[in-house]
Amino acid sequence: MSKIGVFIEIVDQALGKSVPGVVGAACRGGDVVGFVLDDLADKDRELLEEYGVTEVVVVGGREVALSELPVSAGLALADAVKASGVKALLGVSSSTGNDLLTRAALSLQAPLVLDCTGIDFNTNCVRKSHFSGKATATLQLTAAPFVCGIRPNSFDPVPEKVACTITKFEYAGPIDDAITVTGVEKSGSGRKDLAEADIIITGGRPIGSSENFKILEECADTIDAAIGASRAAVDAGYAPHSMQVGLTGKIVSPKLYIGCGLSGSVQHFAGMKSSKLIVGINTDKDAPIFSKSDYGIIGDLFEVVPLLTRQLQKRR
Amino acid sequence: MRIYVCIKQVPDSEAIIKIVGDTEYNREVVYVVNPYDEYGVEEAVRLKENNGDGEVIAVCVGGEGAVSALRTVMAMGVDRSVLVKTGEQFVGSDLTAQALAWVIEQEGPADIIFAGKQSMDSEGMQTPYRLGAQIGLPVVSNVVNFSLEKTTALVQREMGGGLRESLTVKTPCIIGANKGLNEPRYPKMHAILKAKKKEIKVLDIAELTIQDNSGVQLKGLHPAEDRSEARILEGTAEEAVSSLVDILAEQRII
Ligand SMILES: Cc1cc2nc3c(=O)[nH]c(=O)nc-3n(C[C@H](O)[C@H](O)[C@H](O)COP(=O)(O)OP(=O)(O)OC[C@H]3O[C@@H](n4cnc5c(N)ncnc54)[C@H](O)[C@@H]3O)c2cc1C
Repeated sequence: MSKIGVFIEIVDQALGKSVPGVVGAACRGGDVVGFVLDDLADKDRELLEEYGVTEVVVVGGREVALSELPVSAGLALADAVKASGVKALLGVSSSTGNDLLTRAALSLQAPLVLDCTGIDFNTNCVRKSHFSGKATATLQLTAAPFVCGIRPNSFDPVPEKVACTITKFEYAGPIDDAITVTGVEKSGSGRKDLAEADIIITGGRPIGSSENFKILEECADTIDAAIGASRAAVDAGYAPHSMQVGLTGKIVSPKLYIGCGLSGSVQHFAGMKSSKLIVGINTDKDAPIFSKSDYGIIGDLFEVVPLLTRQLQKRR
Repeated sequence: MRIYVCIKQVPDSEAIIKIVGDTEYNREVVYVVNPYDEYGVEEAVRLKENNGDGEVIAVCVGGEGAVSALRTVMAMGVDRSVLVKTGEQFVGSDLTAQALAWVIEQEGPADIIFAGKQSMDSEGMQTPYRLGAQIGLPVVSNVVNFSLEKTTALVQREMGGGLRESLTVKTPCIIGANKGLNEPRYPKMHAILKAKKKEIKVLDIAELTIQDNSGVQLKGLHPAEDRSEARILEGTAEEAVSSLVDILAEQRII
């Protein structure tokens, strides 16, 4: 059976929430080998064992932290992948994931497709969005190993308890400090990551101020949701760009998307139309959002959302 | 200071895309400058303005019609342009990067290169990186903050969960721009008129001795399924919310 590699992304000192889904995609193609930079915490290894990862390669870089040197990290990941003999390398198509997967693929001179929503290991074909969700492209990767970024929430994790062995890969290549990470800071809400959330509640222009997002936050707290904003709300200064969903913001595919005071523009839908269930709350019965959602409530978000919060609190 | 901006022309986000044959789409759609590229253009022009001198050169790989995208960015302050003409609707990032590198080689070494972090049509996200590999410059993409010191650029990238990563990059370098980097200007009338007189060099991609080594082939394009009309939850606000909560519980979402 062939082996499929998965880049194990560590976010804010914990296993990225979308990693198990990518492992779920990889296990369709063979035994899953994880690749992690620098170090793997015990709690993260245990989590990977829940999802069938039988081997993890810790890619280390002599005296340096590879996670702070993206150029060397890409080279090191490529070398480790080559040495392992995996047929493919998958990873989360996040900001960090895309960056490292691309650097590794270029070093390997391997075919690369990012933001895949489907993968077939028999034909080596992947699917991805074109024209911001208006079309889907099928692309064939014609050499191995190949590298694919997987859009978060495109695949379900497949629970399978196994024991995981850890091996070390000592990177022996050049240490390139042309790019150095000097720090990570929180901007915006510091809430749950939009791309990884199962539920998202979004506010549009009528939210009117950054303070009013509190109404959405209270609701979000009852169902562990992330908060999004339309571009109109971001450009009006009610929310930071990191919260924007859409064509020029985040692409999300949660199980539930509740749009509060969104007109339903094509550009907004470009970022969330692959959500499983979409609910629109809008005062205007003719708002475009109602022509492409699953459920609609015609009403004022300032009345409807607090009611929703109260009913959800009661259910808990 | 020689600053390059990489430009792509893409269908407008409002355009209705109809698939033609297996791997093409309706050519009569309205085209615009790829929105992410506008952030790159704005940053390039500001850099030149703040610097007091220098030249901003736009390089584009695209169809003949892409001349209008180049006129738009020249109205925003780009000094001159080079168009590498192709008849293909989809030119992969590997070939695109080789063509961009070829032009940059001809026009002189870059002090800095801006590009959009991704294009809105094929959403590849790879061109800045591939260009970097072609010409041996460091690349940072997804950039929302940029400033230039003597031999380094200080940049911030947007990460998930509202995190921002700060990095230093040795210059010359390539920056993949994201929304948030700046507010692109709307060109004024006199700038639009002035742009009509600016130079656009045109060369054919066939003149370049390059070939696609990406190992990726577009096999098919399929229209996405449209979502249907919402079921409106009737009654008072209280009743509608109540039905919604029941539905969410039934579907085990909450
Ligand atoms: C190149 C480009 C890229 C873009 N990228 C994005 C993007 O990434 N994301 C994005 O969101 N947009 C994007 N846009 C902008 C997009 O076209 C729309 O302008 C924007 O999405 C509208 O935001 P909105 O729905 O919040 O506001 P509006 O269009 O103003 O709609 C507000 C809606 O709320 C309803 N409403 C008013 N008051 C209430 C109330 N009290 N309760 C309930 N409903 C109420 C109104 O009936 C209306 O339907 C982009 C545009 C372009 C050209």
